[in-house]
Amino acid sequence: MNSSMLFGKLTFDALPFYSPIAAGGAAVIVLGGAGVVGLITWLRAWPYLWREWFTTTDHKKIGMMYVILALVMLLRGFVDALMMRAQQAIAMNAEGYLTPDHFQQVFSSHGTIMIFFMGMPFLFGIMNYIVPLQLGARDVAFPLLNAIGLWLTAAGAALVMASLVIGVFSTGGWTGYPPYTELSYSPTVGVDYWIMALLVSGIGTTLSAINFIVTIYKMRAPGMKLMQMPLFCWTALCSSLLVIFAIPGLTVAGGLLALDRYLGMHFFTNDGGGNVMNYANIFWIFGHPEVYILILPAFGIFSTVIPTFSQKKLFGYNVLVYATMCIAVLSFTVWLHHFFTMGADANVNAFFGIMTMVIAVPTGVKVYDWILTMYRGRLRFDTPMLWSIAFIVTFVIGGMTGVILSIPPLDYVFHNTLFLIAHFHNMLVPGMLFGLFAGYAYWFPKATGFRLDERWGRRAFVFWVVGFYLAFMPLYVLGFMGAARRMAYYDQPEWQIYFVVAAVGAFSVLLGIGCQVIQLVVSIRNRKGTMDLAGDPWGGQTLEWSTSSPPPEYNFAVLPQVSELDAFQVAKEAGRPYVWPTHYEPIEVPRNTALGPIFGGLAFVLGFAVVWHIWWLAAFGIAGVIATIIARSFAAETTRIISSEEIMATELRWHADVRAKQEANS
Amino acid sequence: MSGPWEGEHQGHAITQPSSDAKAEARSYLWGLGLAALLTALAFGLAVFKIFSGPALFAAIGVLALAQIAAQFRFFLHIDLSRQKREDLQLILFTGLLILIMVGGSLWIMASLDQRMMG
Amino acid sequence: MTTEMRHHPGINLSHSRPEDERHAEVTVFGFWTFLMNDAILFALLFATYATMVNRTAGGPTGAELFDIGNAFVETLVLLLSSFSFGMGAVALKEGREHPLKLWLGVTLVLGLGFIGLELREFAGLIGQGATAQTSGFLSSFYVLLSIHGLHVLVGCIWIVVMLAQVSTFGLSRQVRSRILRLGLFWHFLDLVWIVIFTTVYLPAVAS
Ligand code: HEM
Ligand SMILES: [Cu+2]
Repeated sequence: MNSSMLFGKLTFDALPFYSPIAAGGAAVIVLGGAGVVGLITWLRAWPYLWREWFTTTDHKKIGMMYVILALVMLLRGFVDALMMRAQQAIAMNAEGYLTPDHFQQVFSSHGTIMIFFMGMPFLFGIMNYIVPLQLGARDVAFPLLNAIGLWLTAAGAALVMASLVIGVFSTGGWTGYPPYTELSYSPTVGVDYWIMALLVSGIGTTLSAINFIVTIYKMRAPGMKLMQMPLFCWTALCSSLLVIFAIPGLTVAGGLLALDRYLGMHFFTNDGGGNVMNYANIFWIFGHPEVYILILPAFGIFSTVIPTFSQKKLFGYNVLVYATMCIAVLSFTVWLHHFFTMGADANVNAFFGIMTMVIAVPTGVKVYDWILTMYRGRLRFDTPMLWSIAFIVTFVIGGMTGVILSIPPLDYVFHNTLFLIAHFHNMLVPGMLFGLFAGYAYWFPKATGFRLDERWGRRAFVFWVVGFYLAFMPLYVLGFMGAARRMAYYDQPEWQIYFVVAAVGAFSVLLGIGCQVIQLVVSIRNRKGTMDLAGDPWGGQTLEWSTSSPPPEYNFAVLPQVSELDAFQVAKEAGRPYVWPTHYEPIEVPRNTALGPIFGGLAFVLGFAVVWHIWWLAAFGIAGVIATIIARSFAAETTRIISSEEIMATELRWHADVRAKQEANS
Repeated sequence: MSGPWEGEHQGHAITQPSSDAKAEARSYLWGLGLAALLTALAFGLAVFKIFSGPALFAAIGVLALAQIAAQFRFFLHIDLSRQKREDLQLILFTGLLILIMVGGSLWIMASLDQRMMG
Repeated sequence: MTTEMRHHPGINLSHSRPEDERHAEVTVFGFWTFLMNDAILFALLFATYATMVNRTAGGPTGAELFDIGNAFVETLVLLLSSFSFGMGAVALKEGREHPLKLWLGVTLVLGLGFIGLELREFAGLIGQGATAQTSGFLSSFYVLLSIHGLHVLVGCIWIVVMLAQVSTFGLSRQVRSRILRLGLFWHFLDLVWIVIFTTVYLPAVAS
């Protein structure tokens, strides 16, 4: 393709008129985006959004924005899933409605979005909101880095979305294996979009992880020892450490692939001494820890929800902590199980197979801890607890299929079949997504002051769980029958019925998601009924429940003194859950700053420019980043003081809410 | 309260380095000397090939590790004295992971290479 | 050495002001976390180099290409720059602004000199027709060295910024804590270089 100085490779051909369906998707994105912008303009909400949200450095608002980003991307990723399910339900000896090329784009964007732009932002959102509160901290260690992390993640997501409208997305799957993704086989910009989105969001994720690690190590409430931290904080810590050590693998794999594509180097090419197998190696050095990055925080959520709704202490706190650490370390010793079939010798395969079985042990231990926490508890079945129970049951099935796959000779049979697809959805959907839903329902009242509607929550739950089983159990069978993954068509009549059942399952999940949308609307409308500003609607055990809902900007007017695990529960049992002073100190908080959106914008521009070879624009993006960092380093006033009067007024209002609740209860 | 931006031009107040500073400067000099020596040794071994084969590579590797240790000690002031452990744990853990990742990669890639070509 | 509790490894600022120490403890720990992330990045590039070293695709090998004398000079320049930064850190700790600036200046010159030497080496190689496109081996060589070189360049820019900040703000808490982190960064780059000459240049001449 020839390329111009001004627009690089970008021409009108980039618009998606290659298929009506792609054009329709683009139209939805453009119209939807325009609709949102129009609505905000009509409501004149821009100044408010800019002031209160976009430029904030408050970890709570950043957390909420992460979750909103994740929910939007969940919709996008799920539409992709529905499209695939619909295609495969009808593509028996037929073309279906998607071209093969388009089908490939769909599974690539589905996988990429679900992992990087749904899962990661969702859990970083919840961690952002909850971890500092559970630690009894007023803020995170690096609020600015934290904000930049959010905006870089959003920039990555925006690049994926942009590929829908301008150009195409990668057809190389979420793993992007060369040599297929090299320039000679994938000459379009799809792979470049994929690489740029991952590199940009990878930097964002790394920044947030640094922030969490330092926050957890250095900002805990006075007296709180590491072994007195709530388990969710432990999992957040381990997950963040995994990010620090794993993301470089993604950066190196993606970066070297980009160098091959842009500068004609020979890292992973077939010719010139390239070594495609090294790509798989480096990618999975990142890829396996990545799944634990996704799943550990969800384990933390279950470990918070289950005791609360069993009205008991968490069983085996120490064991859970050590199991989490074990998993974190071991997750770096199993990466080869993703390419057993590449042909390393038996010793290598055996070693990694055994390590994979070993890592199942601490995970199994955790399951027993959760079950024993419920044992003889006074169980309450609110939606967070429902998600948790469905998780335990379903996750165990997925774990067993994982152990099957960890045996190299069996993996030779199942590799790249739908059995694998069934397996990892069986881990990630209950393990990660149900955990995130549980956390969403559990902490929603903390963030907003009112609870989510239970009835719609239960409906969503039923549709999701039923849909999950219908959508993925048939895939195990299909895997046994030899059906490969990533097929746009097939010609085995006996497979079709399973694909149809799977499509019904996906449809059920769609109903579940529909219920969740309705739930949100209904909950906001009926918020009067479930309002609990006092701040402890579930009878929580950890410190986030000892503040108002939503908590004030500074979280705690007085830093809690901690000497035991489950500090808030202990205080409640001692009969004095709240310590209210008569005198308040002023508190220093970070000022708002436009740097988050600026870096996000520059990263998007830079990524877009590189994708389309618009070099002057890329140079502008890089210069902008450098200039902004230097300019910021000269900025003097980065914090402001909240006066003690203001704090006093806020606190007194909350005290009144608490007293009102106490009276209503007695 | 001294704000983060309260400048203090002390340059004129103190003109003579203290004894503490001299000790520190000596530590840097030690580091420089040791590192230079270890570097010269490594290059010398490689260039003059007094011995060769695996022993040579091992020797070069050991010299590199020694120099890394020396720089940690004298330039970065990281030793086993009383101090916060968290940073040290982080560094050691990183070392372990580097060992796993690099060692594992070399093992895997060598096995694949050998089975492809051997 | 002192028997006081040190709050973080590496050069500590004055013990006289606990608030400064607290600030430095948090930021320095964060910076170590970043450095460890960077160390993994380099480790993977080294692993890649090691797997590519024989993949010369009929092109020249390291033994044919590398100029060990140049590598030795580069090593010394970088080592000296690490030392001069250390002397700057001593001046910083004592709060002596002029020597600090002087040593930072020396470090800057040495850093730029290192980059110059590296560029000259690259130009020579490219002149012989050994480019990054020649073979997998050379791709991984150029990328490993350039990533390190880019880090040195970032360090140089950072030194310039800090020189400006010392002039503008004096040795404020922010400025001192930033120079501290810059120091960690700079020494770290020398550590990476040790691994580079040990795995790239020396094996090439030794074999
Ligand atoms: C809940 C509804 C979901 C449905 C119905 C669904 C469906 C699918 C389908 C049909 C495929 C393609 C299988 C094939 O290769 O033939 C797929 C692939 C994939 N899904 Fe999902 N999925 C769902 C949720 C998720 C979630 C929550 C995640 C991750 C967090 C996820 C991650 C992936 C990945 C990584 C791939 C592989 C893409 C590739 O081949 O490169 N999915 N999914
Ligand atoms: Cu894995």
